[in-house]
Amino acid sequence: MTEKPVKPTKVEVETTGHEWDGIEELNTPLPRWWLWIFYACVVWALLYSVAYPAWPLVNGATPGLLGASTRKAVEEDIARFDARLAPIEAKLVETDLTEISADPDLANYTQNAGAAVFRTWCAQCHGAGAGGNVGYPNLLDDDWIHGGSIEDIYTTVMHGIRATDDPDTRYVAPMAAWSELLEPEEISNVVEYVLLISGQDHDAAMAGEGALVFEDNCAACHGEDGKGMREMGSPNLTDGIWLYGGDRATITETVAYGRAGVMPAWGYAEEGAIPRLSEADVRAVAAYVHSLGGGE
Amino acid sequence: MWDFIKLIALGAVAVLAALAATQARDLPYLVNAIEVVLAAAIAGYWIYKTRGQGSSASPYEYNDGVIRAGVIATVLWGVVGFLVGTTIAFQLAFPALNFEWAQGYLNFGKLRPLHTSAVIFAFGGNALIATSFYVVQRTSAARLFGGNLAWFVFWGYNLFIVLAATGYILGATQSKEYAEPEWYVDWWLTIVWVFYLIVFLGTIFKRKEPHIYVANWFYLSFIVTIAMLHIVNNLAIPVSFFGSKSVQLFSGVQDAMTQWWYGHNAVGFFLTAGFLGMMYYFVPKQAERPVYSYKLSIVHFWALIFLYIWAGPHHLHYTALPDWASTLGMVFSIMLWMPSWGGMINGLMTLSGAWDKLRTDPVIRMMVVSVGFYGMSTFEGPMMSIKAVNSLSHYTDWTIGHVHSGALGWNGMITFGALYFLVPRLWSRERLYSLTLVSWHFWLATIGIVLYASSMWVSGIMQGLMWREVDSQGFLVNAFADTVAAMHPMYVTRGIGGVLYLTGGVIMAYNLWATVAKQPRNESASVAAVPAE
Ligand code: HEM
Ligand code: HEM
Repeated sequence: MTEKPVKPTKVEVETTGHEWDGIEELNTPLPRWWLWIFYACVVWALLYSVAYPAWPLVNGATPGLLGASTRKAVEEDIARFDARLAPIEAKLVETDLTEISADPDLANYTQNAGAAVFRTWCAQCHGAGAGGNVGYPNLLDDDWIHGGSIEDIYTTVMHGIRATDDPDTRYVAPMAAWSELLEPEEISNVVEYVLLISGQDHDAAMAGEGALVFEDNCAACHGEDGKGMREMGSPNLTDGIWLYGGDRATITETVAYGRAGVMPAWGYAEEGAIPRLSEADVRAVAAYVHSLGGGE
Repeated sequence: MWDFIKLIALGAVAVLAALAATQARDLPYLVNAIEVVLAAAIAGYWIYKTRGQGSSASPYEYNDGVIRAGVIATVLWGVVGFLVGTTIAFQLAFPALNFEWAQGYLNFGKLRPLHTSAVIFAFGGNALIATSFYVVQRTSAARLFGGNLAWFVFWGYNLFIVLAATGYILGATQSKEYAEPEWYVDWWLTIVWVFYLIVFLGTIFKRKEPHIYVANWFYLSFIVTIAMLHIVNNLAIPVSFFGSKSVQLFSGVQDAMTQWWYGHNAVGFFLTAGFLGMMYYFVPKQAERPVYSYKLSIVHFWALIFLYIWAGPHHLHYTALPDWASTLGMVFSIMLWMPSWGGMINGLMTLSGAWDKLRTDPVIRMMVVSVGFYGMSTFEGPMMSIKAVNSLSHYTDWTIGHVHSGALGWNGMITFGALYFLVPRLWSRERLYSLTLVSWHFWLATIGIVLYASSMWVSGIMQGLMWREVDSQGFLVNAFADTVAAMHPMYVTRGIGGVLYLTGGVIMAYNLWATVAKQPRNESASVAAVPAE
């Protein structure tokens, strides 16, 4: 590398003297800038691999002069956040659920923390804005199947609905597949009756027949008036708010094949395991949902 | 005599496959077995019909028939692959296009691996096999070694693609990206690949030139390395000889590391080394200029070969992979930057003295854009392998943008250039049917790539930033669904880019067909194997 880099021009450079199918090759030297950047990358690579864990040896790899570890870095990050939030979380866990909204610090904290929990764990089913989806209730309105007080919401989040792993879950009998128990004609009639009590277009004669079917089969859960019963987890059929849909076809499907929605028990874990959400997280998200507009 | 042995062998294959079909434990296995029976029957019928004719071709002429077939396959698979790519792009933009009736067969989950395999293995693989057969004959001044073996490689490889594709649709997959085919399909590819190596090496041994041309080094490194990668990454034990399911030999993080050692070198040797072989022949030929620097070609070849193999862990930053492996993957990727650019420099500078051709020759323009995208994606790649950058880019559309600037820009465009070069020569036509159509293809493809890559950069970086955005108390600001909603306009833009690229591909198919069908034959063209002296 002693000669100084004379920029070769095309005319001066010779070919190597070989030829393949008409292709020749010039004997241009390596571009200097190319070579130096390459060397620089190699030097940098060596330095970096001395500074960070890199070379595998018999009993593990070289740890690197900086002692860096991505796992340690994550643990430290988590510990830092935990430490920062520990006081307010402790306070949240000690405070009575109904008192949370009265305490400005806790109210502010549960708004942020609860919203973050909601976006991460709940939005997939209930929607990013909590507006619900088919089969997953809207949490913005005041129509609650299992209760809208903050304690009710807390219990629902903590133990889930028909969550098979948690013995304390809200176990509510699923709606039967009535096609196994009723004649098709009876199903058509009771569907007209449900259309009637929910204030929709219906066939009056069939609805009249359907009223009897309803009284004998449905009222036990949905109530004589069809307004639902929270302890049964049965929705109100008269308010025009539907979990699966209120048109004739969907109601027929619901009656014929039944429904049994499931929500996970977010705060439950087997002995010794860590639940998905901590006590503070469950409280925060319960307070958040309670504050969305429909809380009782 | 040979024909007789071949017929017996094919008969045995057909009978065994038919027996396997009767025992099949699952649908993909059954369908694959029937496909094998059919393939053996057709091959047997062909051999029976042409028996005793021997090879009429002179041993002093190039074997171009198999290359013509490869060119046709490349064009067809290319159009299919782009079509499936465009389809899945729109399925991501408009989920309603995942139809209820197609569930389990033709929706995103099934079509995505079909797309990646169709473009990489069917389109790219056929292009590599065809061009390598062309280049090795021309630059060795020798006919392909092994007589009809080259035909076996061509048909065997395409049978592999059909088996793999029908398997995916029906649900046979090992769930390893770019290595989805199940065990028996892997075995078959191994056999085909060994014969590919034999044909290629045999031709090099027969060469009448004193030296081996640089394009052939690249092709050879591609063939040898892919064989090694394929075998190691597909070590698996079949659950039953009569079913498609198998169990991987490695598990957990070892399996992940093997997979991405394979995955990255599929990029490095399939999509890079092989295509560099293409570049080293077709660019100087089309430009009619000598290669810029012989020294550079040696140095960057060996640097590339040595460094690529260690870079795989950059696909697994911040996972269960130990830190040391992650570091090595990163520093080897950084060192790869200049060796990759060596190829770009050699490609671009070969045009010095011929820059005016950029204005007149759309084929050269395609090659230049291709090499340009190669340079860009091999700068972007090392940058993305830096851990801090990767913590943003990983799992986002940035990766998808990177992939396609390499795939559409580099692999696609250099292949188009090679096809435009090859068709008039292989079919002895004086020139292409229409240079205007080549120009159209050029612009549609280029604008398509720009739309694709830029929309994915925007979408990827936005996605990464939204995922990590936290409020003053340290809580996440965005739900995952928010990021999906925000990406919608970029997804539509990408889809439009795909439509443009696909349209360009269809125009190319027409132009090449018309070149063969409508252009007069050029009788003087020679296919004799003579050394270039
Ligand atoms: C019309 C042209 C094309 C379109 C519209 C297209 C579209 C797509 C789409 C939508 C995906 C899935 C992205 C995701 O899951 O988020 C994809 C993946 C992929 N495509 Fe394409 N593609 C095209 C051409 C190509 C070509 C020519 C190649 C290769 C030579 C290629 C290689 C790949 C690969 C390797 C992936 C997987 C990327 C990864 O997992 O990171 N594509 N493509
Ligand atoms: C020096 C060269 C290159 C380096 C160092 C490099 C590096 C990278 C990195 C860091 C990723 C992202 C990994 C992740 O976060 O998951 C990636 C993905 C990818 N790159 Fe490159 N790249 C290079 C060149 C290329 C070229 C030329 C192509 C194609 C033609 C290509 C195709 C791909 C593909 C297909 C993926 C996606 C793999 C997957 O996740 O499915 N790369 N590359």
